[in-house]
Amino acid sequence: MNVAVIVPLLLFLVIIFAVGFMASRSLNKSNNDFMQEYFLGGRQLGGFVLAMTMIATYGSASSFIGGPGVAYTQGFGWVLLSMSQVATGYFVLMILGKKFAIMARRYNAVTLTDFLKGRYQSKWVVLTAAFSIIIFLFSAMAAQWVGGARLIESLTGISYTTSLFIFAVSVLIYVVIGGFKAVALTDTVQGVVMFVGTLVLLIATIVAGGGISNIMADLTAENPDLITPFGADGSLTPTYVSSFWILVGVAVVGLPQVTVRAMSYKSSKAMHRALLIGTIVVGFIMLNMHLIGVFARPILPGIEVGDKVMPLISLEVLPAWLAGIVLAAPMAAIMSTVDSLLLLVSSSVVKDIYINYIKPDASHQRVKNLSFGVTTVLGVLVFLMALNPPDLLIWLNLFAFGGLEATFIWPVVMGLYWKTGNKYGALSSMAVGIGSYIIIDLFFTSPFGMHSVVLPVIFSFIAYVVVSLATKNVAVNDYIAQQKMERSM
Amino acid sequence: MAPKNQDYRFKIANREALIGVALAIINFVWWFAFAYGLGSKPPEEYNYVFGLPSWFFYSCVGGFIFITVLVIFIVKFFFVEVPFEDEDRGDQS
Repeated sequence: MNVAVIVPLLLFLVIIFAVGFMASRSLNKSNNDFMQEYFLGGRQLGGFVLAMTMIATYGSASSFIGGPGVAYTQGFGWVLLSMSQVATGYFVLMILGKKFAIMARRYNAVTLTDFLKGRYQSKWVVLTAAFSIIIFLFSAMAAQWVGGARLIESLTGISYTTSLFIFAVSVLIYVVIGGFKAVALTDTVQGVVMFVGTLVLLIATIVAGGGISNIMADLTAENPDLITPFGADGSLTPTYVSSFWILVGVAVVGLPQVTVRAMSYKSSKAMHRALLIGTIVVGFIMLNMHLIGVFARPILPGIEVGDKVMPLISLEVLPAWLAGIVLAAPMAAIMSTVDSLLLLVSSSVVKDIYINYIKPDASHQRVKNLSFGVTTVLGVLVFLMALNPPDLLIWLNLFAFGGLEATFIWPVVMGLYWKTGNKYGALSSMAVGIGSYIIIDLFFTSPFGMHSVVLPVIFSFIAYVVVSLATKNVAVNDYIAQQKMERSM
Repeated sequence: MAPKNQDYRFKIANREALIGVALAIINFVWWFAFAYGLGSKPPEEYNYVFGLPSWFFYSCVGGFIFITVLVIFIVKFFFVEVPFEDEDRGDQS
């Protein structure tokens, strides 16, 4: 369709590949600890790379494609809601922060599950964790792939299946080859593209709309509720909007793709830098991306499919070549989310399940081959699922978010900061979290007007505390054994 | 090695985690108070700052700038750098 748009996008893919290949060469050189290298980049991430990889991983299809689409329909109320994500920029790193980094090194943990294994010494905690990572992240991935394929489809005009194929192959190649370092480095490139792309598109949109005041006047003329905090149809109540602080603001601490990055920083200096950069970039991208969605409304009225707002507005307000570069931003967001999820699911299969319980003495070469193999097979599986995609991109994605948060937040946070917490508490917290989330999400869509993740987070907290206290005496022996182990390591 | 609960780094880590919680609460209150404090009247009575409705400007744009400045200030002056490796034990990474 539009060569001027496609060429910059292709160029972008080539650069990403180049970075992936470079990272894979450094992977081959340091042959001493494949696990730490492949899944964690050798714990050597500096502040800038760390901030960018967190943002790129976290800022997914929903914030670049789905989110602005909803903002287009709902108006400023949805931008207000999306600003709850500013908290993630600092909150995650401050809460997990130094203690998680120290403990992860002490347990020699490479994944979130490793950390839980080190802390709770329980087979069932490990298996439940691995299981929910595989199930939930798999569905999150599928949603992202649909987003990526839709984007290529709407840009190039080629069929959905072919788009999906192109997308899948590009992601797979560099994840399989490069591992975590490739992912972190490409994330950095993608993070920068996201940041600059957002800025360019915002300015162009404001210019095309004839200035902010003009856009406001148009919005008010169409429907005054668009500029209120309550949404175009008044459906965004303060309770509902506030409850998103749990989903996308603070409970993000429990997301495995985010926590794994809190093990990978080099030093506390890198962590401090990541905190600053992260807060600024997350806030900037979230605020402006969603604003673009609202501002697009008077310029391009009547878009029915929310997911198409971003591609269409870019093509409308920018010269074609620039649109190509800017659209690399959502492309970047989706790819960088997908690659991390892919790596995480495969590390969960290989490390948490295979090495822990099937073949602990597996040879170095075997683990290596298996990691590549499992990553590839998973990629193909997601591809097959995304071939016949469910419509509700956001729902699938947020479902996975909530499920993982309800599962992991308390075993991680309380595991770090509460000595009495034990494996029975962790296990019941996870069970209650997953169970109540699925039930509430399916049957009581928004209890008391809140998002369905809120109650499961509260229930799993209660379960953790009550069960840990009740089994305090049983667990004393475990605790002593644990202390012994930690000291002897 | 010193027993786990006497590690000086954990005291620092705990304090910084509490600061994180406090920041999130401040952030939420600022965001909520401006959004619903100024945004709850009918749209015809809205004031505008830089073309944006004032509730939105103070809550989202102003709130973002405020919290960024606060984070920079806190990290610069209250966060302490500590080593992550345990000193008496070489780490292979």
